[in-house]
Amino acid sequence: MQEYKLKTFPRGGVHPAENKLSAASATRPLPLPERVVIPVVQHLGAPAEPVVQKGETVVTGQLLARGRGFVSANIHSSVSGKVFRIEERPDASGYKRLSFVIDRQGDEWDPSIDRSETLRENIQISREEIIRKIQDAGIVGMGGATFPTHVKLNVPKGKKADILIINGVECEPYLTADHRLMLEKSRELMVGIRILMKALEVNRAVIGIENNKPDAIELLDNLAGKDEGITVQPLKVKYPQGGEKQLIKAITGREVPSGGLPVDVGAVVHNVGTTFAAYEAVQKNKPLIERIVTVTGKSVKEPSNFVVRIGTPVAGVIEAAGGLPEDTGKVVLGGPMMGKAISKLDIPVTKGTSGILIIPDSEAHRKPVQPCIRCARCVSVCPMGLEPYLLMSLGQKQLWDKARQESVMDCIECGSCSFTCPADRPLLDYIRLDKMRVGELIRKEKKAVS
Amino acid sequence: MSNIVLYTVVSLSVLGGVSAVILYLIAQKFKVIEDPRIDEVEDVLPHANCGGCGYPGCRQFAEACVKADTLEGLYCPVGGDEVMEKVAAILGLEAVHEEPRVAVIRCQGSFEHRPRTSHYEGATTCAVEHALYTGDTDCPYGCLGLGDCVEACDFEALYMDEKTGLPVVVDENCVACGACVEACPRDIIELRKRNKKDRKIFVSCINEEKGGVARKYCDVACIGCSKCFQVCPFDAITMGNNLAFIDSDACRLCRKCVPVCPTNSILEINFPPPKVKKELVVSAGGNDKNDKPAKDGSSSGTGKEQPS
Repeated sequence: MQEYKLKTFPRGGVHPAENKLSAASATRPLPLPERVVIPVVQHLGAPAEPVVQKGETVVTGQLLARGRGFVSANIHSSVSGKVFRIEERPDASGYKRLSFVIDRQGDEWDPSIDRSETLRENIQISREEIIRKIQDAGIVGMGGATFPTHVKLNVPKGKKADILIINGVECEPYLTADHRLMLEKSRELMVGIRILMKALEVNRAVIGIENNKPDAIELLDNLAGKDEGITVQPLKVKYPQGGEKQLIKAITGREVPSGGLPVDVGAVVHNVGTTFAAYEAVQKNKPLIERIVTVTGKSVKEPSNFVVRIGTPVAGVIEAAGGLPEDTGKVVLGGPMMGKAISKLDIPVTKGTSGILIIPDSEAHRKPVQPCIRCARCVSVCPMGLEPYLLMSLGQKQLWDKARQESVMDCIECGSCSFTCPADRPLLDYIRLDKMRVGELIRKEKKAVS
Repeated sequence: MSNIVLYTVVSLSVLGGVSAVILYLIAQKFKVIEDPRIDEVEDVLPHANCGGCGYPGCRQFAEACVKADTLEGLYCPVGGDEVMEKVAAILGLEAVHEEPRVAVIRCQGSFEHRPRTSHYEGATTCAVEHALYTGDTDCPYGCLGLGDCVEACDFEALYMDEKTGLPVVVDENCVACGACVEACPRDIIELRKRNKKDRKIFVSCINEEKGGVARKYCDVACIGCSKCFQVCPFDAITMGNNLAFIDSDACRLCRKCVPVCPTNSILEINFPPPKVKKELVVSAGGNDKNDKPAKDGSSSGTGKEQPS
């Protein structure tokens, strides 16, 4: 691996302990759940509109709800069976969302879906058809942000993408879902990349992978050698390299302007999970009904990677990894840096659930908050060049206008500031509050203008 | 020696004089003509600068009053009718009268009534906790107990009760400026009509879940059974979203709804204690087989005797 020159983003970043406990565990399918709960919102944007009724019998892969408007995504059934109820069920936050509750009967698939393992390399359809198929399949960004993929593939008029960046960074500690995917589905991934390249009309793609996954780098590099225009770029291990803007900076040296989109600098970034889902949607006609979920944690019996049907309860996935350890203090959906702690285990796995992290009680608690000592560590680790200590105190004083001037909306919520703060101050909590309030202000202004 | 003193005094005096003239001329040139009534109005306002009127402070409110042709929509909740009369007198306008109001907390989910199901360790503000999840109890409507309302109050009219984990309104101090209403991310606080002796009756719950679910979260949740609605003689109670609501303007404080509530989610505050004890003795003595006790005319707090 030494022959590569490692790239990385220049500003800020931290290096938390990697703890990739499940990296060597091959993915295996989770036994099908008896009942799934599938929310109509699993993406950023408008909720999808139900198209099936209560009591109806559905098959695996059938459309349950259609995306409402452009920034929205279709929702499909992940099992075959009967729609028991369409009702409000708690999501990861505990607040209720309209969801389909489906009792599974057998596992009958929509006949149009190709379930074989054969690799289909030829891309026969046009750019428009690719985007339509991806939209139909309800694919969203699977790194966790869940932004509808077809929206990113529709480059706005007057702008032109010239490079596709495939995000195989997986900079979150513990998580290994993308790593396993790159190892096990590398050929499919290559086809997926060519599909996205065709959709974006670019002839260059770079796969960004951190240096702590040398096997994936080597494997994909060998495959990419045969493919025109696709290269692998090994990256230095640094959090949050998987952030869209950080990755673009690391690979191309271009900086996305404040408030701008990646496509403003000619780049579009897609996660490897999304790329694989695009392959399955276009070549196999398979909608997004399952994903790889890492179940991990220091006290977990068998840290594993499962292929989980969307809507499976989190408790069921934990059970398959050896059950919930007795000393559990916290269960987090996603990674330790950006993931979200949950208060109930009966909530479903959704399109954005990349991992389930179980933290023992001894490590689960925050330390008491102490006064800021003005050490400015948060400033030096912020990858966006913001001043977290200032944004926090603006949040406490409710000075939203001032926070807006301080570019709070550029924050990517990576949590490096809170991670590094020696006084254990809840910097990100308040910055999120800032962003929420400033977002409300901006929306109000937009409304007033229109 | 004396020359130096003389030069100094003379030169400074001349300098002072010239500066004074320049300053005077500039002041005349850039004079802002302001309605003197603004100062007068501001003087009678309470100077709390709380924002309860909808303006940033008393000065801005005074300016708005002076500019306005009528005082419609301009009201200082802190000063109340008395101050608005004075303002009206200065401006020669008609004062608008409003009922004095007071804040109430529509949640009784104390530690005892509402079990804690998780442990929250984030930033100690309700706004953050509310945005993150349902809170350390399962009730997505109930008080989070981190005191954003107390923080927002400029009048020391709110404090947190350590025992219950809920805020308490100090009626004497509350001026109904509405800062706490604004601060509460869950809209738990309501401004209601202030009655004689600060008596209040209200449904102390805003949980919109169906009865069974609501009860699972909290012992004292309103379950939307509409018993109070049926018993109210003044049509002050409306039902909606699995919830009863008592309109404070229509309520005549008869208290008939309080005993019929099966979950004790209707609160009566600052009433003299009902004469329950005496009647309990009567009913206990009156051999409980034939249930006559409720009818014997006394108006207050009967109907509650179901011991055993």
